[in-house]
Amino acid sequence: MLTVRNLHAGIDGNEILRGIDLEVNAGEVHAIMGPNGSGKSTLAGVLAGRPEYQVSAGEVTYEGKNLLDLAPEERAREGLFLAFQYPVEIPGVSNTYFLKAALNAIRKHRGEEELDAMEFLALMKKKMGLVEMDQDLLNRPVNEGFSGGEKKRNEIFQMAVLDPKLAVLDETDSGLDIDALRIVAAGVNKLRRPENAVILVTHYQRLLNYIIPDFVHVLIDGRIAKSGGKELALALEERGYDWIKEQGLPVGA
Amino acid sequence: MSTEQNTIEELANREYKYGFVTDIEADTVPKGLSEEVIRTISMKKGEPTWMLEWRLKAFRHWLTMTEPGWPNVKYPKIDYQDIRYYSAPKSTNRPKSLEEVDPELLRTYQKLGISLEEQMHLAGVAVDAVFDSVSVATTFKEKLNELGVIFCSFSEAVREHPDLVRKYLGSVVPPTDNYFAALNSAVFTDGSFCFIPPGVRCPMELSTYFRINAAETGQFERTLIVAEEGAYVSYLEGCTAPMRDTNQLHAAVVELIALDDARIKYSTVQNWYPGDKEGKGGIYNFVTKRGKCAGVNSRISWTQVETGSAITWKYPGVILQGDNSVGEFYSVAVTNNRQQADTGTKMIHLGKNTRSTIVSKGISAGHGNNSYRGLVSVGRNAENARNFSQCDSLLLGDQCGAHTFPYIDVRNPSARVEHEASTSKIGEDQIFYCKQRGLSAEDAVNLIVNGFCKEVFRELPMEFAVEAQKLLGVSLEGSVG
Repeated sequence: MLTVRNLHAGIDGNEILRGIDLEVNAGEVHAIMGPNGSGKSTLAGVLAGRPEYQVSAGEVTYEGKNLLDLAPEERAREGLFLAFQYPVEIPGVSNTYFLKAALNAIRKHRGEEELDAMEFLALMKKKMGLVEMDQDLLNRPVNEGFSGGEKKRNEIFQMAVLDPKLAVLDETDSGLDIDALRIVAAGVNKLRRPENAVILVTHYQRLLNYIIPDFVHVLIDGRIAKSGGKELALALEERGYDWIKEQGLPVGA
Repeated sequence: MSTEQNTIEELANREYKYGFVTDIEADTVPKGLSEEVIRTISMKKGEPTWMLEWRLKAFRHWLTMTEPGWPNVKYPKIDYQDIRYYSAPKSTNRPKSLEEVDPELLRTYQKLGISLEEQMHLAGVAVDAVFDSVSVATTFKEKLNELGVIFCSFSEAVREHPDLVRKYLGSVVPPTDNYFAALNSAVFTDGSFCFIPPGVRCPMELSTYFRINAAETGQFERTLIVAEEGAYVSYLEGCTAPMRDTNQLHAAVVELIALDDARIKYSTVQNWYPGDKEGKGGIYNFVTKRGKCAGVNSRISWTQVETGSAITWKYPGVILQGDNSVGEFYSVAVTNNRQQADTGTKMIHLGKNTRSTIVSKGISAGHGNNSYRGLVSVGRNAENARNFSQCDSLLLGDQCGAHTFPYIDVRNPSARVEHEASTSKIGEDQIFYCKQRGLSAEDAVNLIVNGFCKEVFRELPMEFAVEAQKLLGVSLEGSVG
């Protein structure tokens, strides 16, 4: 589904990603872990096409297409979803209206009929249960006045409605209390399907207690220093990141 | 430069959609302003002597006045002798049906998406279409006649209903009110007159499409709406203008009078040519609009969406004279490229328990400059007057400006006056968030701006709200940096 080769990217001339290699197949959940400043959010941002990042080398293939050639909205319409670390507020625009516009933009791109208000409402009702979303939040302006937990839950709710092929969750667990974390994780788990894939960017292992990854990658100084199965996350929890740094050569270099 | 900015600049470079000139032979007077010109206009219109005298009085007063310098706008000095004050499409007999209307004219309306035939069937809107100062088609007149509603061109009103016109003309905006009102009073060529008799609820939205066409012809419209006891009317004013190189002066006057328990809702969508990206051309829109809640429990609402014109200078206000009367002002004003707007409202509380609401949304993009200027005045006898004002500004890019000048003058201790203001900026992060959900940059800006303006749009009649949203999209295409 996604192949990243020797990806170099940065911001304002400072290189942050220094040669990332990553292969994500349908049905897989990959966790990207690493200390602060290692480039985790940069990777998520580059995949989604954040305009402030410049790619200086490497290639990214998504569903057979050159992802880097696609505009951010085209990536979204092709099924790539980013759950934001800091979801953005849009005053005056109801969550429902926003999501309907987004879903219909994606459906139009796929050559599907746009949903009318009634059909859309029915879909919302179905997806609301997944993340225990309040009706009240749906009628309120996008993320405006939401608590940190509500914002993150709203991201997962949007993901449930938009039904992406590849979901990139950028530190969705940060700022969540344990109950919210459980709800968000349960939502993600319910959305796992053999045709879809998830990249979880996280600082802490605790999210991985609830969403069990197939692969764990440790990002250090812009390179994947170590990859492994879910047990790698536990080792990190126990030993920190320093022992990987000491091991020297990154595997992907 | 980010990709966002590139997209936005591409979009911003789009041309004004409605710039075209209709080739119709116009019956004009030479340029310049004098008593002679005013006499000619009055004669051409076959006006009675009192009307001519009224004009001349206004003109003589105008000569003693000076153009106001206080608005927060800049423009080259206007040469009032270089303007043509009368221009009418040349058709000797007034058409009785659409078939008789100059096909060229009808095509113009169609280009604007205002098909009269369609409107007659679909919207239930009676259209008094003003094309270069003279009404050329009026619809649904018979139906309105049955109810005693008068809806006609101003010239016709002067001929057919002189008593009503004499009674109310200038009673809200006196000819001496201000420089541009005085000018209008002297030279106005046509406009609309609307009278709703007691107890009648006007069954359809009354609508006039103004359109400025002949080159270098100032447009001086005059609108007078009277709602008698217990009457209700909703009036729509919407307009677009063809592309021009020289600035065109537009100085209209609108007067509304609501008697006891009457309600007038006046909605405007203004999309005159704003000038090109460098600020060349465009309409100077210097308008005086005022309503008088003359009776108890009366109510006047102004809703305006101002996206056009090079310069907008208008303060639709309400004089709250009757006890328990209500005045409302809902405004969206957009300035893009080199547009300038100095707009707001005046709420003059005179009666007891009078209430007013002001919601102003200013959007500045490009090098646009947007000022809100409002006056809330509570008179000595206005016991328990209430006002709530909210003025929000949205900035798109970093070359534009937003200013707020609220004036509050309270002379009664029981008054309660509230003012809230905010300024925000459309962020790249908002645009990116929308794009990441699959929306184009254009849709993202529309969505954000429409969210910002929601409180005003919901005051507009349905079809108008849709048009206003589209217009806003067109006006702001690509203005986020």
